Amino acid sequence: MSTPRGGTSEVLLEVRNLVKHFEVGGGLFGGRRGVVRAVDGVSFSIGRGETLGLVGESGCGKTTTGRCILQLEAPTSGEIFFEGRDLTKLGPDGLRAVRRRLQVIFQDPYSSLNPRMTVGDIIAEPLGVHGIVRGAGARRDRVRDLLRKVGLLPQHAARYPHQMSGGQRQRVGIARALAMEPALIVCDEPVSALDVSIQAQIINLLEDLQADLGLTYLFIAHDLAVVRHISDRVAVMYLGKIVELADRKTLYDDPLHPYTRALLSAVPIPDPELEARREHLVLRGEVPSPLNPPAGCVFHPRCPIAEDRCRSVVPELREVKPGHWAACLLA
Amino acid sequence: MPRTTLLEQGPGLLADPPRATLSRAVDALLDVVDLQTHFVTRGGVVRAVDGVSWDVAEGETVALVGESGCGKSVSALSIMRLVAAPAGRIVGGRVVFKGRDLLSLDEDAMRRVRGREIAMIFQEPMTSLNPVLTIGRQMTEGLETHLGMTPTAARTRAAELLSMVGIPDPARRLVQYPHQFSGGMRQRMMIAMALACEPSLVLADEPTTALDVTIQAQILELMKSLSRRLGVAMLMITHNLGVVARYADRVNVMYAGKIIERGTAREIYANPRHPYTLGLLRSVPRLDEPRRARLDPIEGQPPDLSRLPGGCSFAPRCAFRIERCAVETPPLRPIGAAGPSQGEDKHVSACWEAEHLNAARAAAGGRR
Repeated sequence: MSTPRGGTSEVLLEVRNLVKHFEVGGGLFGGRRGVVRAVDGVSFSIGRGETLGLVGESGCGKTTTGRCILQLEAPTSGEIFFEGRDLTKLGPDGLRAVRRRLQVIFQDPYSSLNPRMTVGDIIAEPLGVHGIVRGAGARRDRVRDLLRKVGLLPQHAARYPHQMSGGQRQRVGIARALAMEPALIVCDEPVSALDVSIQAQIINLLEDLQADLGLTYLFIAHDLAVVRHISDRVAVMYLGKIVELADRKTLYDDPLHPYTRALLSAVPIPDPELEARREHLVLRGEVPSPLNPPAGCVFHPRCPIAEDRCRSVVPELREVKPGHWAACLLA
Repeated sequence: MPRTTLLEQGPGLLADPPRATLSRAVDALLDVVDLQTHFVTRGGVVRAVDGVSWDVAEGETVALVGESGCGKSVSALSIMRLVAAPAGRIVGGRVVFKGRDLLSLDEDAMRRVRGREIAMIFQEPMTSLNPVLTIGRQMTEGLETHLGMTPTAARTRAAELLSMVGIPDPARRLVQYPHQFSGGMRQRMMIAMALACEPSLVLADEPTTALDVTIQAQILELMKSLSRRLGVAMLMITHNLGVVARYADRVNVMYAGKIIERGTAREIYANPRHPYTLGLLRSVPRLDEPRRARLDPIEGQPPDLSRLPGGCSFAPRCAFRIERCAVETPPLRPIGAAGPSQGEDKHVSACWEAEHLNAARAAAGGRR
């Protein structure tokens, strides 16, 4: 299968047929053994300077995909090419060098910052560990620059995370990621724990930084409106698989997969007059367990248009129109 | 509006009965007057709810909208008198429910109101269910204590309630434990429990925030159809402006412990007259509009409630502030006194510049 890619820019990251299975059960407490197919054959690429949005509901495998790319999880199989090298084949030394270029921003700025360190130390620590900036004075200057870059003040360096608001803490998390001069940042639900009025501040900041520093983002989120705003291309995941992938405009204006259509229809629009007129396609049932995914198309038990063959034939992610990929027999 | 019991409802009654009238009757079902709830912390006194007044009519859905720490959840807990003492205390105001002030009831009488007449649905069902009791036991408890049902009758009723909220195979489900339910199923069960004693008011605190968007849609549709069918009034507490737009008749917007704007949902969204409401609406990206090159956030940080500035609490973040805002706290005042929306539907805003907001917005090139 070829890898869905877009644009003509140089490919920075290419994921080929990524699989991550977790074994559960057995062990001390017994229980039925089984395999959770968290990520089940995912392929995509991201061009340098591009933002790829990865959307889906909880348990669809979007976060595990991000963690595999970051090498925080060892993939069961598949390849992850970053700046031309396959991360899954690198040894510890090679990985260490690559990790600098590959950073992450987490959802929860409350639990991803060490509460006993000052903001200055949190940002300065990796600068020393990776030998990026040598000397305490130079590191202080660099911290000051980074704080300014993310919209904080130099005096924030002396504060502890608990003395800051949620939005400010997320800015610290961004400064820490930027300290490594990364090429790619995996943003894992970076605004979903923040208040609505603060979300827009952080999204604007991420966009400004991308323009200034030429960053590439893998933007993992469940909020479809936020993903549309920030992404160049969008991939929709369901039960460990990408079910649709296209450029932003195509995916939102002309979705091909019935799951994408249902997701878009489920999002309430902040306009009572419009909502009163809108038809809602409410999906039946719930997401099946990835321990025992349905045969055929994984979406068929909830699909409003499923046919007999959907119960047995697994749809491949195929290029239905140029640049528009969908995994649906009926697309 | 006449109320029928759940048992009289057949599946054929799913069609919507006439909607409870939007304009409030003379006597509200719930009338909260100048409610004040304070918390004593090391950093000083936090006025979590700082003199708010609002009401809910029979059968109506009213939203309390705001961001974390604005006092919306504490408002609901205050009505139920569940604010954690000794740090938290209701220091003033009245909560008049069906003509009685709940704040003056003794604990026994209050216990008969909770669950029986006013029920609550929480954001995270797993933490509000007892993990070591079966679903059946947790559902029948209220039916036996509040309605005096026999254990057998309560069990039959519990099974009916589960099937009413769309949980298949209720008999088997009743002997299961909460961890055996998915998040969406748990929230369905919470709704079934809330409706078990046929309350006239349900307080729903972020009922779908922890759920995925397709499940959120299912749960909200369920709540809406049940509240209409059974004539239950609902207070919906949320930060999600889309959810409010879809389900609320009237909206109260809270900021820093106060209500800063109120009106019908249509009026609030089409014609916001407080800079905070306007800012909230403009800061979210919308799927129904062309993508904007840039979002318009509200600048600054949410306020520290133990150290509020004088005057209007929103002034430090407000693009429309004038000198007066730092000195005098603006009261809630009617918008367009001679407008069509008279009576209890009236649109009110706590902003000195409310009347000029439209003109200022147009000059600044604001949307719509």
